Amino acid sequence: MTQAAVRVEPAPVIALRGIRRDYRMGDQVVHALDGLDLDIHRNEYIAVIGASGSGKSTLMNLIGCLDKPSAGTYMLNGREVASMSENELAAVRNRDIGFIFQSFNLLPRADALRNVMQPLVYRRLSIGERRRLATEALRRVGLGDRMDHLPNQLSGGQRQRVAVARALVGRPAILLADEPTGNLDSATTIEIMALFDQLHGEGQTIIIVTHEPDIAAHCHRVVRLKDGRVEYDRRQEPRR
Amino acid sequence: MMFVLLESLRSAFAAIRAHSLRSFLTALGIIIGVAAVIAVVSIVQGLSYTVNAQFQGLGADSITVRSYTPLAQQMRGRFARLTESDMAAIQRQVEGISHVTPILFDPGGRSGQIGYRANNHFAQVFGVGPSYMDVVQAFPQEGRFFAPSDEERRRMVCLIGVEAARNLELPGSGMGEFIRVGDDWCRIIGVMESRGEFFGFSQDDFVLLPYSTMQRLIGSTRRYDLQIQLKVDDIERMDEVTARIRRVLRQAHGLKSGQADDFRVQTSEQLTESFNSVINTVTAVAGGIVGISLLVGGIGIMNIMLVSVTERTREIGILKALGATRADILLQFLIEAVLLCVLGGLLGIALGYGTGALVAMALPGFPPAHVPLWAITLSVGFSAAVGIVFGILPAAKAAQLDPIDALRYE
Repeated sequence: MTQAAVRVEPAPVIALRGIRRDYRMGDQVVHALDGLDLDIHRNEYIAVIGASGSGKSTLMNLIGCLDKPSAGTYMLNGREVASMSENELAAVRNRDIGFIFQSFNLLPRADALRNVMQPLVYRRLSIGERRRLATEALRRVGLGDRMDHLPNQLSGGQRQRVAVARALVGRPAILLADEPTGNLDSATTIEIMALFDQLHGEGQTIIIVTHEPDIAAHCHRVVRLKDGRVEYDRRQEPRR
Repeated sequence: MMFVLLESLRSAFAAIRAHSLRSFLTALGIIIGVAAVIAVVSIVQGLSYTVNAQFQGLGADSITVRSYTPLAQQMRGRFARLTESDMAAIQRQVEGISHVTPILFDPGGRSGQIGYRANNHFAQVFGVGPSYMDVVQAFPQEGRFFAPSDEERRRMVCLIGVEAARNLELPGSGMGEFIRVGDDWCRIIGVMESRGEFFGFSQDDFVLLPYSTMQRLIGSTRRYDLQIQLKVDDIERMDEVTARIRRVLRQAHGLKSGQADDFRVQTSEQLTESFNSVINTVTAVAGGIVGISLLVGGIGIMNIMLVSVTERTREIGILKALGATRADILLQFLIEAVLLCVLGGLLGIALGYGTGALVAMALPGFPPAHVPLWAITLSVGFSAAVGIVFGILPAAKAAQLDPIDALRYE
């Protein structure tokens, strides 16, 4: 290996090496992830696909710091996640990760604005500042006129927009979306994907877990999992 | 820290408002418990407030000497008594007394029955010495008090309390009228100042006779028992005078060492103390009952909080995904429980005070309800403590939830 062969590349935002995650089901051990390696760089737009049981959700939870690997190393922004305390993990979830769920997971008793303000509470921002940032985020997803609506007064697409605004409001390094269009009709799906495309265009790193090829087609890179490992990892020209 | 508390308070208010009926029912145990204690305390304290004021009116410098017979002796028909010679001995041998008066009731006689024309009434009738006015600090509002000559000549004259006068339907103030006392007739030479009510009983339903007149009414065949009321010169020497009276009376009664006193020397301070000890017992018993009901209320709160945590498992998962730490979640649920209890406590205080005031108003002549600040502070403090004690378990359960499991929870 010569010096010239080393490409100068920025450090990856996410670096997974030999990740294993075992679950104990009764007396049986299930290897949800079985030695997975993956690097994700800034401003990538990645779809993680695979059959159910391939380890997509487990990978999602690990990347989102909701879970810790049984073995292997996970470096997030150059920091080893396994060594973090419970409170540091909470801080990472708050600052570095923006979650978007299939079932929206909005707080049912809080209106759109309060939902979006919630993550900022854990950042100890004043209520005025929270309101300002949340309003800005909601405008950005096109819901400036629906801020005082409760989740059950909003359509599915609008709810997912609120969830996107909530994920974005803290300016996280990574947007992590788990089947974001799974509960949406096709017209709304197009809307939401257009929003993701736009965010990516603005420099956002986005990871989408999906089983729909149409969604994966929006992405620049597709990672397919099988039995807890990467089956293939390829770059593609996104369809617009 | 302040920030976190404030935020938790904000979300606790929202959660309580979102389930206002359930929150109300949950806090009902606390509300009723606190209301009960405040009602009891407000009534009892109102009473004690008034009674203490009355005892103060009696004068901190007054001493009452009564005969005392233990129950066992009473059953055998042996009664201790105080006589004129006891009083004379006290007057002769005890220094520091400014005024003394005997108070003589007719033992089981008919003199309690008083009448005027067709009206009959039962009142307290007692004979008193000329110093009575100074000892008891009670004065006639009309007419005059007994003169030494009334005493010497055993005149059939009396002073009457305003309530007794009213009950007999005397014309005008009743001055100069003749009323029947037992089987004899007395002329009213004065009307005493009103002393108001005590426990809802009028203190003005009495007739005073000169001491010697009362003796005459009782006659020479029946034995009687005196109560001796006296006033000391110097309130600082109260204990000394009390002890001296005791020595003199023991000697006069020929009591050997080891024999118990057959009399009681009471100061108004002692009266106040013994009354207050009754009041305190009542308050403590009420407190105990309330303690139990707060315990039950607390368990109710814990139960509902546990249900609420289960119900909001998914919400807790969301909050954790958004970056809430365990401490954030713990505090949020703990503060919710405490807030629920404190609101319940405040509602209970209002309800209890209302009840106490209503009861006090409904009973005629009852002193107004009075809620001391310590009762309010204690109630709120206790409610908050219940919230913490019974809220910590559900809150800890919520904080310990695994975010993934919580998010998956349906």
